[in-house]
Amino acid sequence: MRPGDELPPLSVPVTRTLIVAGALASRDFQDVHHDAEAARAKGSPDIFMNILTTNGLVGRYITDHFGADATLVRVSIRLGVPNYPGDVLTLSGRVVSVSPAREAGRRAVEVAVTGTNRLGRHVTGTVHVAVPAAAPESPADGGGA
Amino acid sequence: MSDPTAPPLPPSRPLRPEELAGFEGRPAAVSGRARDPVNPPMIRHWCEAMGDRHPAYSGPDPVAPPTMLQAWIMGGLSGHGPRGGRADAYDRLLGLLDRAGYTAVVATDCEQEYLRPLRPGDELTFDAVIETVSPLKHTRLGAGHFVTTRTEIRTAGALVGTHRFRILKYAPRPKPGKAAPGPAADELRPQRPRPVINRDNAGFWEGVAAGQLLIQRCAACAELRFPWLPGCGRCGSPEWTAVRASGAGRVFSYVVMHHPPFPAFDPPYAVGLVELAEGVRMISNLIGTEPGRVRIGMRAELEFLQVDAGLRLPVFRVLPDGADA
Repeated sequence: MRPGDELPPLSVPVTRTLIVAGALASRDFQDVHHDAEAARAKGSPDIFMNILTTNGLVGRYITDHFGADATLVRVSIRLGVPNYPGDVLTLSGRVVSVSPAREAGRRAVEVAVTGTNRLGRHVTGTVHVAVPAAAPESPADGGGA
Repeated sequence: MSDPTAPPLPPSRPLRPEELAGFEGRPAAVSGRARDPVNPPMIRHWCEAMGDRHPAYSGPDPVAPPTMLQAWIMGGLSGHGPRGGRADAYDRLLGLLDRAGYTAVVATDCEQEYLRPLRPGDELTFDAVIETVSPLKHTRLGAGHFVTTRTEIRTAGALVGTHRFRILKYAPRPKPGKAAPGPAADELRPQRPRPVINRDNAGFWEGVAAGQLLIQRCAACAELRFPWLPGCGRCGSPEWTAVRASGAGRVFSYVVMHHPPFPAFDPPYAVGLVELAEGVRMISNLIGTEPGRVRIGMRAELEFLQVDAGLRLPVFRVLPDGADA
């Protein structure tokens, strides 16, 4: 694992169910995340994904890749265009830096993450994740994608 | 956050800086308490929604997905009530923005740091501060103010996570009617700003109207100058004549404008400092290639762009093939 390494992309179909389930699981009852009529009345063409769900998906993308022993340390995201039902969110990532092994035999990996849909860039962000220093050179496969 | 039962609000008005001053650094929440302790059912609902199968989040001794941090302290359907610790300063700030017409809200940024895993049974408390309130910003959604808060989340007094959150409180743009995307919608389209034409630069704009790019030449020392000025920067003479530029030039420097999206402009676009063959430099739009492909040294050729019925501008078409010619 080296700076510049690309993570395999993850495509997440943005269904109405995902948007609503994500909003409720994050206890976000703003009507624009579950009520299409209310969303339209506020000028949005449809309901759209809330930021907590995007945050959760970004976190999942990173730990899916780095495997069961990976721990999220920091997640910073900025939203761009909305995620509407019917979109596909494609997350991609690039390793920015890898720290030397630290206490407890772990190292910190910084990953730049981008998520795009048909409208453009939905999310850009940076994730710091702690992984075992002995992690194999090739990324953990599986992990639940 | 806006009250749907409230009477219609007045159109947005600019807030004076002193109205917003004083909110920064004030509390947004004091001694708030999460509605529920960290618990496996909420963790499971979250993981099912996100499709997250990380093994640490399930089983007999799960930890919560760190990105759930904010979910634990959300008010939920019934709100926090007195447990939320919502501070008066934050309510007053949002009320001020609502009354000024910035009634809509959208979350734009979230930065979280996780200091230790959260486990079932953890009782969370939180305090939040208003970090910044931006000046008025023009965004794709409409004009508004960004409000940034920073929340510290604790368990039994120990800091377990921090959460910085930015929202945009904005006045939604009036939507052009969907059924009439014709000329009516065109007329609604905001126009590019008009140039300020005065006696010192009127000759330049007369040239543009005639399809010519005119440079001033000092009548005393023959120094060329641009943009137009009443006197020579070299010898001070107020006497000048106009010469027509050939229209050839090179990209001396440039920027690509991404943000913010001003009305009537459609980012990204490239703005170049073009060095004309005559030696003077001028700033204008670079067209003819994707903004990301513009490079210093590319050849640039003058064109006149009819922006709208009342505005014609000299712009430069870059010629990538001739970049190393």
